[in-house]
Amino acid sequence: MSILEVRDLHTSFFTKAGEVKAVNGVSFDVDRGKVLGIVGESGSGKSVTAYSILQILTYPGKIVSGSVKLHGEELVGCSEDTIRKVRGNRISIIFQDPMTSLNPVYTVGNQLMEAIMLHTDRDKDEAFDRAVEMLDLVGINEPHKRVKQYPYELSGGMRQRVMIAMALACEPDILIADEPTTALDVTIQAQILELMQKLQRELGMAIIMITHDLGVIASMCDDVIVMYAGKVCEKGTADDIFYSPKHEYTKGLIKSIPYGSKKKGKLIPIAGSPVDVLNLPSGCAFSPRCNCAMKVCLDTPPIRNNFSPTHYASCWQSTYEAIKKGDVTLEQVQEELNSEECRQADSPFEGGEADE
Amino acid sequence: MGSKLLKYILKRFILMIVTIWLIITITFFVMQATPGGPFNSEKAISEEQMAAMEAKFGLDKPLMQQYGIYLLNVVQLEFGSSIKMRGRTVIEIIGDGFKTSGKIGLIAAVLAIVSGVFFGALAAVNRGRWGDKIIQVLSTAFVATPSFIISTILLLIFCVQWQVFPANGQTAAGLILPIFTLSLYPMAYITRLERSSLLDVLGQDYIRTARAKGVSKKKVLFKHALKNALIPVITYAGPMVAYIVTGSLVVEKIFGVAGLGDKLINGITARDYPVIMGLTIFLAVLIVVATFICDMLYKVVDPRIEFK
Ligand SMILES: Nc1ncnc2c1ncn2[C@@H]1O[C@H](COP(=O)(O)OP(=O)(O)O)[C@@H](O)[C@H]1O
Ligand SMILES: [Mg+2]
Repeated sequence: MSILEVRDLHTSFFTKAGEVKAVNGVSFDVDRGKVLGIVGESGSGKSVTAYSILQILTYPGKIVSGSVKLHGEELVGCSEDTIRKVRGNRISIIFQDPMTSLNPVYTVGNQLMEAIMLHTDRDKDEAFDRAVEMLDLVGINEPHKRVKQYPYELSGGMRQRVMIAMALACEPDILIADEPTTALDVTIQAQILELMQKLQRELGMAIIMITHDLGVIASMCDDVIVMYAGKVCEKGTADDIFYSPKHEYTKGLIKSIPYGSKKKGKLIPIAGSPVDVLNLPSGCAFSPRCNCAMKVCLDTPPIRNNFSPTHYASCWQSTYEAIKKGDVTLEQVQEELNSEECRQADSPFEGGEADE
Repeated sequence: MGSKLLKYILKRFILMIVTIWLIITITFFVMQATPGGPFNSEKAISEEQMAAMEAKFGLDKPLMQQYGIYLLNVVQLEFGSSIKMRGRTVIEIIGDGFKTSGKIGLIAAVLAIVSGVFFGALAAVNRGRWGDKIIQVLSTAFVATPSFIISTILLLIFCVQWQVFPANGQTAAGLILPIFTLSLYPMAYITRLERSSLLDVLGQDYIRTARAKGVSKKKVLFKHALKNALIPVITYAGPMVAYIVTGSLVVEKIFGVAGLGDKLINGITARDYPVIMGLTIFLAVLIVVATFICDMLYKVVDPRIEFK
């Protein structure tokens, strides 16, 4: 059962140099109590997707079209009051850099209590108790002392624990973790991930885990979406992605995991540089870097190929293989292509939903 | 924590005393090195009379002895009497001038900080819009224009042309223009400072955190951003007091305000040593103490400041 439905989300930054289509038609669901992984290299639009859900984009970023529904309630275009009651309450987020994510001039307790008092009717004393309780829950020792300290008095790992405590203080349905361990030491990384898994089991919230670390995906996630240049290029269960990757980009990602090394599978960039989002190619965005690129890849956007109810990829190579195997005919592909073009022609500005 | 703070205050206090001592010493010797004395301009004065006068004020003693006596007196807050204004002690003269100058300076400082922060924040929040552009152009212009030019222009417009204010700063209405002139530069400076620092703060990660918690736009600005953006302004408060103290000398002269500036300039032209010394020390102490207070305030706003 999905609690969050994101459909055909388009978010752009209207810069002086032109429109940067940071998120370009992303759709996914988040199920109750499940962990959804979003993986992709830097600049692929993962953070912007997260910020779009909570509408915390900064100027000149704007949601252009699409739909974000929480428990069936539309958030895109809703009032400021509505989205404020979602933020930190039903959907929380923690960020990449704990060193800069807490306000330096207020105590940890002050910042925790602020979140608690915003969304519950606890008074100051009760909020204080709750703050201490949350610090204890995320494994911070001497919470009574810590609650009165300033962020600069805590280490990076501790600050990320504080961020987690703050995010979970109002018992959200969904926790978005935007590369929560990237800025931390390797040993601290493992501790934070362990903590998140433990809390997820105990509290039962859903997690959107944004990362470029496939090791994190493998250890935590139920479902995975792979993003490239603001688009979902492949989506499936963790098993689908790791054991039968279909998109050439996903295959590249998995191949780049260093085997046999004791280190977690950090992403080694695939040859070539990430795509220039100001000048997207007319065909598949990955085609300039793809070893298997065909002529069609360069000038026609790929269509979606469904392999199972949970697994799809948008890659001409997989379409080609499906035709070879006889799963689809050329006519069907042609038809799909026509309807795809129609959809693209009128959907981005209608705010309509993608036909599933 | 508490003992650390106490140690820091003590250290700063000692440093303050040393600074003041240095100022006293430098002023004393510079004064001695300047050719001419207080009785030079009085024409019909014989050698004998001169010697008698000098003996009366202790000017005939060896230099180091004079210095020693002076230092001893200063420690006892004994600045002596004016040579020129008979029967008036230096303390009286300072108190008299400070009644006016202190008022002008304090109001100018408060005006500069309050409106500087207000306009700076207004510009930052409206970045790129007309309000921001107007504030930026004006604040840059006022930072770049010396106060004696602004004083003269204001004097011409308000006192000569429209005659809304008296050109002589003896009455309360006459103090409005000097206060305004004096606060214009620090106001413009703080406006620019606050604008850029608030813009910087608004782009920080912790502002995004606050928004992501569901904090309202207003509270993000007033609670989370403004306090951080005030830190550079507090750093500037010390230099601002110095500017207002020295700037008031010029501004008071132009607007004819009978304040400390007036007394100091009269003292200098008359070679009235006790008055010059007393005033210089008083103004220096004022600046040093203000800087000390700013440093303390800095810690109140920014907990990250370590006392070393
Ligand atoms: N404030 C901004 N102005 C212009 N472009 C931006 C801004 N923020 C992000 N982008 C662009 O959006 C794209 C996606 O960024 P992001 O979501 O942060 O990537 P990541 O997947 O690494 O989290 C990037 O190409 C980036 O250049
Ligand atoms: Mg990111």
